[in-house]
Amino acid sequence: MATSSGKDFTRRKLTRRDFVKSSATATGGLLLGFHIPSISKMRPFEPYPDAGAEINAWLSIDTDDTITIRVAQAEMGQGVFSSLPMIVAEELEADWRNVRVEYADANRSAREGKVYKRMSTGGSYAVRGSREYLQRAGAEARLRLIKAAAEKWLVDPDDCYADYGKIYHRGSSRSINYGAIAAAAARLSVANVRIKTPEEFNLIGLPTPRLDVPSKTDGSAIFGIDVRLPGMVYAAVVHCPVTGGELRSLRFNAVRNRPGVIKAVRLKSAVAIVAEHYWQAKTAVEAMPVQWNLGPASKTYSETFKSEYIAELQGDGTVLVETGDVDGMMDQAEKSIESDYVAPYLAHACMEPLNCTVSIQQDRVDIWAGVQNPESALAITAKLTGRSPADVYVHNCYLGGGFGRRSNTDYVEEAVQIAAQIDRPVQMIWSREEDMRSGSYRPMAVMRFKAGFDLQRNLIAYSSHSVTHSIAADREADWDSSKVDPASVEGLVDMPYQVDHKKISHTARNTHLKSWWWRSVGHSQNAYAMECFVDEMATASDMDAFAFRRKHLEGRTQLLDVLDVLEQKSGWRNARLPEGTAMGLAIHESFGTICGQVAQVSVSQAGEISIDRIISVVDCGNLVNPLTAEMQVESSIVYGLTAALYGKLTVENGVILEDNFDTYRMLSMAEMPVLETHFALSGGDKWGGMGEPATPPVAPAVCNALYKITGQRIRILPIKDYFLQRA
Amino acid sequence: MISLKINGKVTEVDVDPATPLLWVIRDNLNLTGTKFGCGISQCGACTVLMDGHATRSCTMPVSQAAKFNIVTIEGLSEGGDHPVQKAWIEEDVPQCGYCQSGQILSAVALLNEKSHPTDEDINRTMTNICRCGTYRRIRKAIHRVAQERGIS
Repeated sequence: MATSSGKDFTRRKLTRRDFVKSSATATGGLLLGFHIPSISKMRPFEPYPDAGAEINAWLSIDTDDTITIRVAQAEMGQGVFSSLPMIVAEELEADWRNVRVEYADANRSAREGKVYKRMSTGGSYAVRGSREYLQRAGAEARLRLIKAAAEKWLVDPDDCYADYGKIYHRGSSRSINYGAIAAAAARLSVANVRIKTPEEFNLIGLPTPRLDVPSKTDGSAIFGIDVRLPGMVYAAVVHCPVTGGELRSLRFNAVRNRPGVIKAVRLKSAVAIVAEHYWQAKTAVEAMPVQWNLGPASKTYSETFKSEYIAELQGDGTVLVETGDVDGMMDQAEKSIESDYVAPYLAHACMEPLNCTVSIQQDRVDIWAGVQNPESALAITAKLTGRSPADVYVHNCYLGGGFGRRSNTDYVEEAVQIAAQIDRPVQMIWSREEDMRSGSYRPMAVMRFKAGFDLQRNLIAYSSHSVTHSIAADREADWDSSKVDPASVEGLVDMPYQVDHKKISHTARNTHLKSWWWRSVGHSQNAYAMECFVDEMATASDMDAFAFRRKHLEGRTQLLDVLDVLEQKSGWRNARLPEGTAMGLAIHESFGTICGQVAQVSVSQAGEISIDRIISVVDCGNLVNPLTAEMQVESSIVYGLTAALYGKLTVENGVILEDNFDTYRMLSMAEMPVLETHFALSGGDKWGGMGEPATPPVAPAVCNALYKITGQRIRILPIKDYFLQRA
Repeated sequence: MISLKINGKVTEVDVDPATPLLWVIRDNLNLTGTKFGCGISQCGACTVLMDGHATRSCTMPVSQAAKFNIVTIEGLSEGGDHPVQKAWIEEDVPQCGYCQSGQILSAVALLNEKSHPTDEDINRTMTNICRCGTYRRIRKAIHRVAQERGIS
């Protein structure tokens, strides 16, 4: 095991100067890695026209040595525009300074037998899911270049090798740039492609600045909302305030004479106004008198949901894991504890409100949007317009945040339906309020935990029963409700702590709201509740938080290693903290990665909370780009901390009350803790995800620290709803 | 017609005077670097400089903007090489990048006002929301600009 925030690279260390230089040379501006649409061009997100010879579907090399690498995953801030090309470039033995990136084309994948394999982005799966075939694509291209050079020189390919953008011949001083033989290499084929093992990596593991950063500092990065097409009009939408309700009537006459207003579009549960400019559309749609059939959900309340979920705990639920005799041991226990935890619905609240631009023409349909799943966006667009998938083009853009929300294609569907009613390209934008109210939320859950201890305070029995809104039941029309949605119970069902007698049960219960994958999905609520309860069990055993976990994680080497590093790095043991300050611990494994965190938290005399410091230790096995991995840890912490402190959606009369950042509060600069991130990499074949695993432990680490200061267990999130005082 | 001075150029726009400056910048002038985030001056994604001050353009009627010298992210520097932009690249600040135009312009305004801002100054003035949580790197980048200026 090694602890590092990167490897010690002695060989050919890339400097930042190299990158700045590459930004300027590769495309003649600071636009590396993205195609900027000009107003005069109809289809701005077409591939680079000058990519040169295509060696295979993943990469092309131009005569000037520029290497264009295609990325099939969505760039939503997590850094796939550096991590995935690094994998290809590693095997290609490319000069990284010559690399630029473009999105892989979902239309091509549809036409060419899924040539880009998996194009959806989620589950922290970008590196985990594609590393091997991207390595293979790079290696295959390198072998073709070698073969082309050998044929040119009339030598044995085995006497040639590739290094840093050139092929060399061992027996002579001959060498040739990739660009000079790319066209020949493109016509060859090779067999027996071997890929590198981690100890052979040069580029993978090197902290590498992101290629998309320059364009994100000068306003030139194009997000979906920035697409401009000739003749384009804008659509603003208002949805039925109660999810599941429907449009009854509207009075377009009240707004039709406003400047710029073109048309009203009726949708099943929404209404849109199309206008020359967005502001004209937005003000008109909000002024237009509309009547809704709100439906039965208009009589629902958050508080009612909570009591209904708690009532479900009376039932047995579906028993997922049962070992030993939990009920018998609970009866025999000298001491037992029981706690209910409640996690609320949460909105994703991506910074870029959901939007989509659509152009429907006779022979093709084009959509421009930031989407996490271009294939499903393509499929639904083809279905709605009655076109063949081969005639539908999805031009993915940068995503102004995804967090799972942009894998739902509801906003794409709505834009296509609106565009079908008008003969000009349309950009549909949801206002922040529509984005937040019509969202697909992190599920609500209520979780009951019980633990029994013997006379010596040893844990002898453990049970959990969760009642959770099922995402699968919302997503899949034919979902079999007798099945358990794996996303509802992840992190609970695979609870790592050893106890002889345990029972884990689950009940699904949905409300009228729609749920969706939210950064770290089921782990987000399950790790909060479970790791808080583990702390309760440690307290009941009169044990330290680290010691209790170690005792029950015997043989789980990777978890134990993370705990060791975390205890040391956080200074847990000998910390001399001021009054009103304490540290809390949580550890959780998700998406193939273990993340342990210690949160140092303070509560003032007046009861004000500050999160002073969060120390993270992560084991994702191997790392592609330590820089973006560290950024993902920081990002995941802020996401989880925002939710823990402030996140809550309240339903009254079926309507979500929090609809903008004034009522759905975000963490700000002034509230930022000091963040320290360490990697304790176990190596081997493990390539864990990095986009999410640092989110689940945040809430419990903070809550466990708050308990030490205040004596108050936070069993209902968010923390802001508690009045906390030092004990 | 309303006359706007944006990025050193005077432009005439024919819009309803109540239209927020943000939408004029984005939709009439096609300067899309300035972003829409909330529409209620909460998030700061729409921040522009007006006579050097960071201003949230989503609630500013365009009629009130006419008398100011407006700078958007596109006009901050010729080649994306303003010291704040360079510091943003050096510190690898952006993730999704959507809020960063506003963050950069807010930082420019802060650094115009105070050449060596303290952490407290940063906390007080850098109130733009970043959902990716790049705050730590934003803070570092601001300090880097100050540091590279040397002691004034």
